[in-house]
Amino acid sequence: MTSTIDVDAAAKTFLKHTQEQLVSYLEACVHCGSCAEACHFYVASGDPKHTPAYKLFPIAKAYRHQKFPLSWLGLAPRLAESDLKLWEELLFDTCTMCGRCTTACPMGIDIASIVGGARQAFVAAGLGPSDLLAAADSSRDHGSPLGLTAQKLRERVEWLADEHDVPIALDKAKADVLLTVSSIETMKYPESVVAMAKMLNHAGVDWTLSSKGYEATNFGYLSGKADVAKLMVERIVAAAESVGAKTVVVPECGHAFGVLRWAGANMLGRPLPFSVVHISEYMAQLKRDGRLKLKPMAESVTYHDPCQISRRGGATQDARYLLEGFAQDFREMTPTGDANWCCGGGGGVQAIGRAADLRYKVFKIKMDQVERTGAKTMVSSCSNCRLTMDESKAHWKWEGGLASLVEIVADHLIEESKPAA
Amino acid sequence: MSLLDFARGPALEAAMAVFVFGVCWRMLSLLLLPWARDKSVARAGAPPALLGATRSFVRHLWPPRPLAPGSLFVTVNGYVFHVGLAVIVFGLAQHILFLRGLVGVHWPNLPSGVVSAAAVVTLASLLAALGRRLTNPVLKLISTFNDYFSWFVTVLPVATGLVAVSHLWAPYETLLAVHLLSVALLLIWFPFGKLMHAFLVFLTRTETGIFYSRRGAEI
Repeated sequence: MTSTIDVDAAAKTFLKHTQEQLVSYLEACVHCGSCAEACHFYVASGDPKHTPAYKLFPIAKAYRHQKFPLSWLGLAPRLAESDLKLWEELLFDTCTMCGRCTTACPMGIDIASIVGGARQAFVAAGLGPSDLLAAADSSRDHGSPLGLTAQKLRERVEWLADEHDVPIALDKAKADVLLTVSSIETMKYPESVVAMAKMLNHAGVDWTLSSKGYEATNFGYLSGKADVAKLMVERIVAAAESVGAKTVVVPECGHAFGVLRWAGANMLGRPLPFSVVHISEYMAQLKRDGRLKLKPMAESVTYHDPCQISRRGGATQDARYLLEGFAQDFREMTPTGDANWCCGGGGGVQAIGRAADLRYKVFKIKMDQVERTGAKTMVSSCSNCRLTMDESKAHWKWEGGLASLVEIVADHLIEESKPAA
Repeated sequence: MSLLDFARGPALEAAMAVFVFGVCWRMLSLLLLPWARDKSVARAGAPPALLGATRSFVRHLWPPRPLAPGSLFVTVNGYVFHVGLAVIVFGLAQHILFLRGLVGVHWPNLPSGVVSAAAVVTLASLLAALGRRLTNPVLKLISTFNDYFSWFVTVLPVATGLVAVSHLWAPYETLLAVHLLSVALLLIWFPFGKLMHAFLVFLTRTETGIFYSRRGAEI
């Protein structure tokens, strides 16, 4: 973070995002406060500042000062340095862009869309949490936010393949499917990479990882660094084009899926030359095609819907279809599906150290939800959710189990004599 | 020129001109902004945009309880004063007469007692909304001049209209003039304040509906 705050740069960047849709959103808020109780940060903290509508104030202020017809009456003051200082924490630490408030808003205002643009303005002003910005810089400079360089990827893949005796395809010349990874799982939950490989091999998929473009998470987008966001998308496009992949599979990471699937083409300015599917969607499709044979799982489980995959991704039913008939004791949380509570760490919040206490408080909502189901384990299909929940679980010394969807699928495959890819 | 002549003549005409041109100008200045073209490929089987927009508009008529458990008061009270305002504006015989002169169409009126009762309920509902805004910590924080002034210009015609039909405190002509001036104030403020949500709601709900439906997500 620099010591000088460039308010004009923030205002200019805000105004770059004044397409019709976003301006309608800014103008239409009736300040009814209905969004507050939909937001896990407000519910966890009880602090009115965490009301989603309040988080839009600086961008609305910047816009109105420039465009409001009665600004000459003093009804639309300038954006001030103090506004940016106060709202930095609100826009970065207390919004996971989960879209729960959008569903609750009687006007249908999509606050998450505005927060994405607003973060870019804060970065232009020289603000933003240093650890989140460092994750974006590391992605640009080293290929991943957690320092997973191409060389480290090769080493880890080799180690994991040996350790688990599972072929993991890397840098094949041609493949139908390009698999990407999240550095969170590669560095902290490497069994997840093994599980994906095992599952894809089991289904006989022609797939590969590529050292040209492997990192699915996009901290450029989450931190408000548009140039890094575009670069991360370009790397995956280059990798997919080089292997001729028709499909890019995004691993268990909600925002990685959301950014590549829905924002990637808009960053590039052209449609992506492949289809993008989340691993849970892909596994569901393989099951529909009869290519996944699963043994029953007796343990009681519940499913945590990652916001960008379910509520904002449209794949709510895919995980349930996968679990159907396989998880013998599946229990839904209340609320669930598109109304599910966020883990508290999406949208880059997981990478912000100073937000840890708030994340822990948010996780109590989830702990209560799981406990009401009586399920032994909470399964998710997002390693970012998993990491957030793992840390919070340790903080509260909670005894509930956490698991990954792809890992439980891989653990219950009925292995037949299918050739490895 | 008497106060009543001024109110129903130049004041109301000017206010209506500001309202019509203001609303058109605000809407056009929005609609003529650049439109973000979504280059992502919609989910296979996603509903057509019109269907997604319509669904979203309908679904947002009532917030889903799991997401907004405390919004029952806001929703019910909101409906009470919105419906109450509609009953007053379109149900009172004098209003229908005025609108007939303006746009040439008319319809049967409601009994004046019913409209007066609606006005009392509407006033109570608007007062309850203000009470909540002044006492709820979230609403206190997010409320601005726009919220309070928009409330004021909405309450004023209801209150002055009720006083006028009750022939209280002053000659009817004076009360009617004050009522018409309060309507003029409402019309002048309308395009510039949050009352514009009456038009903007058709944009925001439908655009979000299209945004979600092309992802195959329900909202």
